[in-house]
Amino acid sequence: MELLIDVASWICLLTGGFVGITGAIGLFRFPDIYTRLHASSITDTSCMGLIMLGLILQAGLSVLLLKLLLVMLILAYTSPTVAHILIKTARREGPEPILDNKEVES
Amino acid sequence: MKVVINFGIILTGFWLINSGYFKPLLLGFGFLSVVIVIAITWRMKEKDGEFFPLIMMSLRLPGYLLWMIGQIIKSNMDVIRRIWLGSKSISPTIVTCKAGQKSDAGKVLYANSITMTPGTITMSIHDDILEVHALTRQAAKDLQLGEMDRRVTVLEDV
Repeated sequence: MELLIDVASWICLLTGGFVGITGAIGLFRFPDIYTRLHASSITDTSCMGLIMLGLILQAGLSVLLLKLLLVMLILAYTSPTVAHILIKTARREGPEPILDNKEVES
Repeated sequence: MKVVINFGIILTGFWLINSGYFKPLLLGFGFLSVVIVIAITWRMKEKDGEFFPLIMMSLRLPGYLLWMIGQIIKSNMDVIRRIWLGSKSISPTIVTCKAGQKSDAGKVLYANSITMTPGTITMSIHDDILEVHALTRQAAKDLQLGEMDRRVTVLEDV
């Protein structure tokens, strides 16, 4: 049982790390600030969720578990707020977004 | 009064989680700070009218959260795939969509849910029109079908 939980926890942590690296790569690959924010929202949601899930499995049933859930809740509140502030400021002061005009929609 | 009791319970829970000690002295300090925080918030109520707008009290909230987690996982996989495919595979779009919620808390929840889902970010809100930047045309189209809007609007009723 102990081993099973350890394995599950490591799978979560490693996948979370991979997703975090993917988000960082997307930050460099995408063309402008608007699309880059989409890449960074990956690290805010699934990378955070997977790493927290891995740590929760390590923590077991204790006060630490509740603390980790609290951290998750706070991140879930703050990260969309920050993303919204960034994109709103970029829209007002920054460059025009690069839009896709290849096909005109009806 | 009901709001004060709810708020007190939440603050006490917050204190207990963060301290993890159950000695009488520390519990006393905890009780004191909960009372002080409630008193300060009570004074603020006279200033801006809203006492505790952070959480929408609804019985359907857990169901919505579960659906939301599924949605986040789905769009995460899509965005991860597009990152590895490179910037040829994206088609950035700005669309407007209508928020059907009546209260401010409902609109905030809807706008934040859009931002939480990777691939779509809310840029601005004017009354009930949201301006959304989407990473792909498909994500924008899915949003305009309005399933998330409907689910958030239902939360307001209960």
